[in-house]
Amino acid sequence: MAGAIHAELRDAASDRPAHATESRGVRIALIAVALLFLGLIIVLPLISVIVEALSQGWRVYVASITEKDALSALRLTLLTAAIAVPLNTLFGVAAAWAIAKFDFRGKNVLVTLIDLPFAVSPVISGLIFVLLFGAQGLLGPWLAAHDVKIIFALPGIVLATIFVTFPFVARELIPLMQAQGVEEEEAAATLGAKGWRIFWRVTLPNIKWGLLYGVILCNARAMGEFGAVSVVSGHIRGQTNTLPLHVEILYNEYQFTASFAVASLLALLALVTLVVKAIVEWKSGQRRTDTEGGAG
Amino acid sequence: MKGSGKASVLPGFGLSLGFTVLYLSLIVIIPLASVLIKTAGMSFSEFWAAVTNARVLAAYKISFLTALLAAAVNVVFGLLVAWVLVRYRFPGKRLVDSIVDLPFALPTAVAGIALTSIYAPTGWIGSLFEPLGIKIAYTPIGITIALIFIGLPFVVRTVQPVLQDLDQDVEEAAVMLGAYRWRTFRKVILPELAAPLMTGFALAFARGIGEYGSVVFISGNMPMKTEIAPLLIMTKLEQFDYEGATAIALVMLIISFALLLVINYMQWRYSRRLKTG
Amino acid sequence: MRIEVRNVTKRFGNLKAVDNVSFTIEEGKLIGLLGPSGGGKSTLLRMIAGLEKPDEGDIILDGKRVNDVPPQKRGIGFVFQNYALFRHMTVFENIAFGLEVKKVKKAEIRERVNELLKLVGLEGVAKRYPHQLSGGQRQRVAFARALAPRPNLLLLDEPFAAIDAKVRKELRTWLKEMIEAIGITSIFVTHDQDEAVEVADEMLIFSNGRLEQQGSPIEIYRHPKTPFVASFIGESRVLQHPERLFGFEEAVGRGDKSAIIRPEFVEVGRERELSYPRSAQPGIVRQSYFRGAHLEVEVEVEGNRLVAYRSLDREPLRPGEEVLVFIHRLYVLDGSSAVLVENPLKTDPLPVHI
Repeated sequence: MAGAIHAELRDAASDRPAHATESRGVRIALIAVALLFLGLIIVLPLISVIVEALSQGWRVYVASITEKDALSALRLTLLTAAIAVPLNTLFGVAAAWAIAKFDFRGKNVLVTLIDLPFAVSPVISGLIFVLLFGAQGLLGPWLAAHDVKIIFALPGIVLATIFVTFPFVARELIPLMQAQGVEEEEAAATLGAKGWRIFWRVTLPNIKWGLLYGVILCNARAMGEFGAVSVVSGHIRGQTNTLPLHVEILYNEYQFTASFAVASLLALLALVTLVVKAIVEWKSGQRRTDTEGGAG
Repeated sequence: MKGSGKASVLPGFGLSLGFTVLYLSLIVIIPLASVLIKTAGMSFSEFWAAVTNARVLAAYKISFLTALLAAAVNVVFGLLVAWVLVRYRFPGKRLVDSIVDLPFALPTAVAGIALTSIYAPTGWIGSLFEPLGIKIAYTPIGITIALIFIGLPFVVRTVQPVLQDLDQDVEEAAVMLGAYRWRTFRKVILPELAAPLMTGFALAFARGIGEYGSVVFISGNMPMKTEIAPLLIMTKLEQFDYEGATAIALVMLIISFALLLVINYMQWRYSRRLKTG
Repeated sequence: MRIEVRNVTKRFGNLKAVDNVSFTIEEGKLIGLLGPSGGGKSTLLRMIAGLEKPDEGDIILDGKRVNDVPPQKRGIGFVFQNYALFRHMTVFENIAFGLEVKKVKKAEIRERVNELLKLVGLEGVAKRYPHQLSGGQRQRVAFARALAPRPNLLLLDEPFAAIDAKVRKELRTWLKEMIEAIGITSIFVTHDQDEAVEVADEMLIFSNGRLEQQGSPIEIYRHPKTPFVASFIGESRVLQHPERLFGFEEAVGRGDKSAIIRPEFVEVGRERELSYPRSAQPGIVRQSYFRGAHLEVEVEVEGNRLVAYRSLDREPLRPGEEVLVFIHRLYVLDGSSAVLVENPLKTDPLPVHI
């Protein structure tokens, strides 16, 4: 790896003039150390997932991910994301609309509260729902009397997932919509456009890439959440096991290859997320230069 | 939280704010309040005993120190990675830039088993250190490595945009006053990056204290030695010791919220300085 | 410091930002580099500072070729367009930076910084941070910071561009007085001709990377050497049909020459108001604008649109009115040179009219 970098660095090492950058040797050394660090900490684990998953050949790999419990875990993971992501998207858009387009007292407090789930340990994110809905929880006796199961069942998993992924869409949209201001919407309003029309025709086209990125991130986390779901799921095979929990169970049963095979599906999800992110950044960067060019 | 200060022609203020507050209350505020309600049911001495038990204190210590160390390592290497990505040209730079986000996107359990397999005594890297008598997985070093993995993007992504927007003018001003590279870096560039580095540190640290998925596999989970606080909560829950779990959770929540306030304050101060500066 | 620039060329990709430029600047002068944006002035300034390297040619400071001397060692002070103050340092620390680099003793630094603070009139704000200062104050800090290490040459890149129009005039005078008092050779870049004319002892006019003309403001105003300078300086207009103007039939008539005119070359009025009524030709007033101290009259003469000033003491001219127009002189452009041609009818009225 280092050799290849060395060879190509000769041509274009830096865009900056000599007085505002480091000498060639220092540059190469810094790049080498940075890449080595990223290689050891980030790239190597990713490679190891793939290598371990395929260590016993394709047939075992395919068998591992098409096995009954794995498929049921996949179904539960998809179902959970299908409920949590749209709800948080709806919330994110509403919150960003209120916060970015209007002035009101307590706005900073609201923004901080939206960030809260980021600061809470995943385990605690699960714990709070156990405290509310668990057998010994505040609402536990009432739920038991009415035969409603939340903890160790789908609703608990969904709730914990919603909590953990709560800020993603809002966090992405608030700064974006704040930067865009209200002029375009106000112009549309003075031209007689009504509420939904303003949103669909003016706001949404402006925020679509940021929104997409927020949704993608939210989805990645929703499908990959481990700690919080682990607390509320009860780990019932074939019923309340999501993909990450299934990875854990297989790993703890020393079925390493199967565990890594299922993990490779989640790693693929991560890679897709990164690719979408790159596309979104490229698209929105292009848009920015387009509008700058138009203004200039 | 009432009344729109700005008379606005735009619709939907009541609806969007109402939904936001309702959803926030149902999903975040009320569930979090349950921690307070639960601990309120304990006497102070019960609470104190639960959070100062030797095993609990050891878990706090492990969580705290490894998160601190990992965040510190990330400040150094995060700055290095951001620097290299912003300032230098090298083949595959865009790919490297995307890779930095992997810890955000990769499910923690996957990161956990992958890191464990690499750093275990039989793993690709663990086996290199085994003959030297150094164990990485199942020790605090392993926990720290997992937290470095988790925390890296926080530092890189807070420093990168600031470094990007740094005026070349300012560096040239230092040059014209006779300063060479190292002095320019220390005296002119680094102070500009202090705020984002601190923010990145705090974010990585906050995340590290609460991290669970990537750590449980590599930590070995030995009480008093490699047991982290979130795992202890999990263990207490499995033993149906809800009070004990909740008490530990409350302490952790308080630490996290304090960190969140510090981060918000630093960002507010930084943006204020940029505005007037 | 004596500055010599010899055949310097600088390319950015295919664009020649500076194209084979040569000139000499004598010690102690205050020089203005003037020209439209993108004309290569800033690039030239940065090459003198050492922030850019010339692709061809030499830069010689006090007889020594400095192409390979790093900017840190050239002993040049530089004031950046947006000041580039160190945001996290106080005013005092900003000014002291260059002295600390030179490892000057603490007590001496204190003394020098205080001296400079007094010089630029900022004694009261030494402990403030840049974001607590006004635009004008920031500029003064940048100026003091550049002067602190006692450079032999001061370079200023668009020093007034980031300042409110109101304060700008005041700062111009201040800067000129300050530089004259210190006696340091200085070069500043500007795209504003009023600024260059008012501040500079000598101007260098650039266009498209080329040096068009060097000289004192008055000299350049009176004798522009190239078509660009003639059209860039003053309120100049290019004429469509100069050969149709009385008195210039011959000067312009031969060949494909064009001509440039300025309002002060044109006299417009009723018959008895003109100095040479018999050599004047008729024109029609198209527009008349009130410009504060005078009227600006736009008049059409034989397909040429001319602008003239008219005193407020005189009766205003109405659009559509027929008037007489006399042209005192014109810049006649012939290829790459500009020549000032006086109207021959002033001294040699045609015998027919007598």
